[in-house]
This record gives sequence, structure tokens and C-alpha cells, in this order.
Amino acid sequence: MLEQILVLLPQVLFDGLILGFIYAMIALGYTMVYGVLELINFAHSEIFMIGAVTGVEVFRYLAPLIPNGYLLLLVAVVVGAAVAGLTAILVERMAYRPLRRRGTTNRLVPLVTAIGVSFFLQDLVRLIEGLWHNEFFLRMRTVPDLEGSFTLFGGAIFLQTKSVIVVVVSVLMLLGLTYLVNRTKLGMAIRAVAQDLSTASLMGINPDQIISRTFLIGGALGGVAGVLFALIYTTINPYVGFLPGIKAFTAAVLGGIGNIPGAMLGGLVLGQLENFFGTYLPILTAGNFGTEYKDVVAFLILIFILLFRPQGLLGQMVKEKV
Amino acid sequence: MSLLSLALSLVFLVLSFLAPHTLTAFLGLGALGVAAFARLEPRVRTLNLALLTLAFTLFLRNSGNTLGLIGLVGILVALTTLPRIPRGIRVVLGLAILLLSVPIAGFTNTFIFELGIQIGIFAAMALGLNVVVGMAGLLDLGYAAFFAVGAYTWAIFGSPQAGKFLQGNFPLPGEYMYLFMFIAVVTTAITGLLIGLPALRLRGDYLAIVTLGLGEVVRILANNLDHPINITNGPQGITPVARPPIDWFRSLIAHLGVRLDETTDYQLFFYLLVLAMIGLVVLANVNLANSRFGRAWVAIREDEIAAQAMGIPLLPTKLLAFMTGAAFSGVMGVIYGAQRTFVSPESFTLLASITILAMVILGGMGSIPGAILGAAALTILNLDILKTFSEFVRTSLPWIPSQVDPAKYERLVFGLILILMMIYRPQGLIPEARHRAELEEEA
Repeated sequence: MLEQILVLLPQVLFDGLILGFIYAMIALGYTMVYGVLELINFAHSEIFMIGAVTGVEVFRYLAPLIPNGYLLLLVAVVVGAAVAGLTAILVERMAYRPLRRRGTTNRLVPLVTAIGVSFFLQDLVRLIEGLWHNEFFLRMRTVPDLEGSFTLFGGAIFLQTKSVIVVVVSVLMLLGLTYLVNRTKLGMAIRAVAQDLSTASLMGINPDQIISRTFLIGGALGGVAGVLFALIYTTINPYVGFLPGIKAFTAAVLGGIGNIPGAMLGGLVLGQLENFFGTYLPILTAGNFGTEYKDVVAFLILIFILLFRPQGLLGQMVKEKV
Repeated sequence: MSLLSLALSLVFLVLSFLAPHTLTAFLGLGALGVAAFARLEPRVRTLNLALLTLAFTLFLRNSGNTLGLIGLVGILVALTTLPRIPRGIRVVLGLAILLLSVPIAGFTNTFIFELGIQIGIFAAMALGLNVVVGMAGLLDLGYAAFFAVGAYTWAIFGSPQAGKFLQGNFPLPGEYMYLFMFIAVVTTAITGLLIGLPALRLRGDYLAIVTLGLGEVVRILANNLDHPINITNGPQGITPVARPPIDWFRSLIAHLGVRLDETTDYQLFFYLLVLAMIGLVVLANVNLANSRFGRAWVAIREDEIAAQAMGIPLLPTKLLAFMTGAAFSGVMGVIYGAQRTFVSPESFTLLASITILAMVILGGMGSIPGAILGAAALTILNLDILKTFSEFVRTSLPWIPSQVDPAKYERLVFGLILILMMIYRPQGLIPEARHRAELEEEA
């Protein structure tokens, strides 16, 4: 048994890393919006799904036109980010902004709206795909360029070219976001609004505009994560966003909600944990509990964090003002 | 104005005899709209509603068209919400609709019984969730989990399933269902306690996510507990679930001079059982709302910190709300399992939880008639209107691809309802008195 575990370990760690990067990218969207609005943007999992569906459609239509797989993926990532980012902006405009204008103090109102948006988007995508292709269970088209594989460490790790691409793209994205938030004017404005919206608006920042851009950035990252998800997991449908969305939210909470490095860390940790349990649970329990319990693991982690360290790994405690 | 509305109702009454078609039903709904919204003398309005009740009942008897049921639901709403209708008339008309009109319609078209039962089950659950969300302000997104626990409680023992992991004679005879309704109250309340203890310490928005997660955990367990020990039979679900024997009920009804056949006897029985349950749940709800606990819940909903400062113990009070809501749902789960004779994890998804939440929000958080109206509206929409619309699309708009079937787009509809309600009418269709008072203050 121990031998079995050790033999699989390198591979498990690497697969967990890929999953972790995807979670990290989605978690950033949750964390940024939460930082600015204190809203759990439920619909973010659907933004991710829209990115994935967009990726599938780009591959479907452009694969014959663009012979080079890497270029094709670049186009898919850009288009996916754009579509998802614009959807996020629209969601904020149509659903969340009217609530802010009315100025409700009730936390449940925006949350219920977000759930509504999430459900609405799922079926809207299904409707569009249904009218367009008469099917909504989609398969990512395979491109020979991206289908290579090789082994490392004398066969201990089996790598697909795809997974290396995912890691590279995610790292670039995360670095880009870190730069944007810490070193640019827009990033400074986002941090200012996150710290104190009303004071920021007195300092000449237009909060509505900054909130819009926050949604754009978070949505675009979610969209890129979606395209990469479609590349790796290949089968996509309009309901595919739910579980990754919930888990990415767990990752954001694990890192400390509202905290950008925290979201990245949380995603990576959760990816490892989930993959670890998903692989080893059947081995450890002699096949009595299968892989299907890996989703339960994520939820239980979420509950434990919220109970014992609600501020997350890297977050600070916020005192509730009365 | 009053003459016009009475004339409309009379025309509809006559047409129900002569031409009970869809168009006639729309005329009736129009007449109901006039009766409800026009400025009428209270007496005229009362007479009008009575006339319309008669007309819709006749319409249903002659056609079995479910639009008539929508009309009856509308009359019930008018009876509960419009001012200055004598109380006696309200009670008599309401009971007449529930106990006479709907069964009469059900004998013409058994689908109406099915609708009535489903509305009833969902209304009772919406009332349960209304305690949790509406009164105590705790957003629970895993409410279907309690429903599942209740349904499985009876399904496992009311079918051969229990014999797979226990010694004994299973299935238990159908009479045990009544006992299991009480057992389900206990099992679901314990589930509520287990879920609530960790979750209820959290802030509102985290609570929502955690209950959602725990709801999914319950579903995953139901889906996978067919190994190593087969407890829930996994994704195949459990069938057949025993129903209580109803010979006594048949003879009772026969004494009243109604002949039941094989299809309608159980339908009528379950319809009346569900009605009785709703009566109990409403009674419990009203009493709870006016009790110490109800006031404590509302206090927590309005301002948790102030409530705490006034000496309300937060966690026990919230747990009580959670367990109460869970218990209502559990009892309905038992009835649901017995009525369908089949229980599977598919019925307890997030969609089911959100459906019930949408009912509460559409009706108005904290409002008892609101929860029932929300349940009626969304159930009819789901089981009837969307399906009719699907038929229409298939037959009249053949250019629409076959995958686009409106009946499958519940999420789209519920999502829209949630968004629009939150933006334009967050207090719901029939606001709770307290919310109404707040709105008047603002105006």
C-alpha cells in the first residue's frame, strides 16, 4: 500500500498543481470582487463556464484556419478572456448596480441576485448553444500540436504538453495580475476602493468605473481559466462551472477572502488536497470509498476553515463595526 | 364599475357552460383581475368572487383545463389579501375551493390532482424555509437536503431496501408511514442540528455557501452509499416505496356518495393529506411567528448585534429556526416518497433548493400567504405552463432545434424571477406586515 502511494506521488503532485492553478485563477475573480464590494459573486462560476464554452467554439471554427496550435490557443485565450470579461461587466451593470443604487444594507439581497444570475446564465448558454448547434454537450476539438506528451524522471511523471501550457499560461497571468494590482494606477484605485469605497470616491476615483474594471479583470481571468479547463478536460456543458466555482470560492476563503496572494495560495493548496484525496481515498479505504468523495473533501475543508480560521491563511481579521 | 365587473363574471359563468375553451379561461382571469383591482364596494366584490369561484369550478368540471386552476389560486390569493371581505365568507369560499372545486376538477382531469399535491408539498416546504430565511434571515441554500433525509427515512424502511443491511421483515407495512412522519421530524431535526452547529456560527453570506455545500454533501452521500454497505441504493434510487392502505378512506368517501376508481383514490387521499399537513404547518407557522421564538428570529434578522445585546442567545435561537424548518421539510419528504413510490438522489439537487427559495422570495420573505402563493405560482409554471409552452413550440415553431425545449429551462425562469424580484420588489408579492410598515415609512 505504501509503495503504491509513493509510486504515484510525483504524478499526483503534478496533476494537483494543474488543478490548483485553474482554481487559483477562478479564485482571483471571487477575491477581487469580494474585496471591492463584499459580495460573493456566485455568478463567477458561470463566467468561468462561458470562458470554457468560448474556448470550445473558437477551436471549433478556427482550427481549420489556424494551422499552428499554439497560435490557436492564444487566440482562444484572448477571445475567451474578452467574452468572459464583458459578460462579467454586463452582469455587474444589469444586476448588481441597481441594487447598489438603491443602497440596501441587507446582505442577502445581492447574494440572492447573484444566485439568480448564475442560474440564468447557465440556461442562457444552453439556449444559445441549443439554437446554434442543436446540442449543448460540447467536446473540445483536439489539435495535434497540443497533444504531445513526454516523461520526466525516468517515467515517474507523465506530462502532457497541454498541462505544461496550462502551468505556463497561469503563471504568466498571475504575475501579470500581481503587477497590475501593485504597480499600476488602476491597481492602486482598485486597492483604494477595496479599502474604503466612500473615501476613495472623495479622492477623485469613480467607484462605479473601478468596480466595472474589477469585474472585467476578474472575469477575464475566469475566462482564461475556462479556456484552459476546456483544453485539459475536453468535455464541456453549460453546467460545468458549478463545482469548480464552489471549489475556487473555497480556495479564496482558504487563502483569506479579499487577499490576492491568498487566493493564489489557496487555489494551489486546494488543488493538491483534492487530487490527493481523489487518488488515494480508494487505495486507503480498500476501495470502499471511491473518487466521488473528493468533492466532499473540498466542502469539509471549507467548513473547517470558516470555523477555525475564518480570516484564511493570509487574511487579516476584520472587526465588524456596529 | 361594479356592474361591469359583475357582468364580466356572469358572462364567464355562462360561457363556462357553453364554450369551456382556453379563451374563455382568459376571459375569466380578466374578470378576476377586474374584481380584484377595480375600486368596488366590498359587498359587490365579495359577491363577485363567489360568482367567479362557481364559474371557475364549472369551467374546470367541463374542460379540465389547468387555466381554471390558476383562476382558483388567484381567487384564494384575493380572499386572503383583499381588505374588508367578511371573515366568514373568506373561510367558506376558501374551503369550498380547496375541498370541493379542486377535487371536482381532479375527477375531470387527474393531472389537476397531481398539480394540487405538488403545490401542497412545495407550499409546506416553502413555509418551512420561510421560517429559516423569511423569519430568521438565515439564507439556507441546502434546504433540499432535509427533504431528502425525510424521503429516505421512509423509503429505506418502507421498501425492501432496509433488508439489504438489517435483519428483519422489510418492507414495513404501509400504515407505518404515519409513524415515520414523526420519525422523520426527529431525523431531519437532528440533521438540521448537525448541519446547523458548524454553519450557524458564520456570517450570513458564508452561511449560504456552507449550507449549499452541505446540501451537496447529503446528495453525494445518497448517491454513493450503495457501497460498502448498500443503504441508499445509490443513483438507481429506491422503489417501490409502500403507501398506507386506504380502505377506510374509500368506504368513507363512498358514504359521501362519490365513486372512486383505481387512479383517483390515492390521488384524492394524498391531496387531502397534504392539505391537512399544510393546515398544521400554517398553524405552527402563525403560532411560531407570534411566539417568543418568532420575535427573537425577527430580531436576529433585523439586527443580529442589537438582538444579542438584548439578551437573545444567537446560536440556540438560530438552531431552533433551522431545526423547525428542517422538520417541516422532513415530514413532506415522507409524503413525497410515498406518493411517488420512488425516491432517488436526482430529486434533491441544488435546483430543488433554489426552487423553494425562489418560491419564498417571490411570495415575500416572512409572509405566510406569500410562501403559499409562491409555491403555487412556481409549481404551476414548472409543471404546466412551461410544458404547454413546449408543446406549442414543438407544434407551431418547427424551425426551432429539437434540443431547445422550454420545459427544460426552469433555471432560466427561476434565475430571472430571483433577479427581477430583488431589483424591483425585494419584499415580494405579498409582503409581510413588518416589511409593509417599513415601506410606508420610507414613502
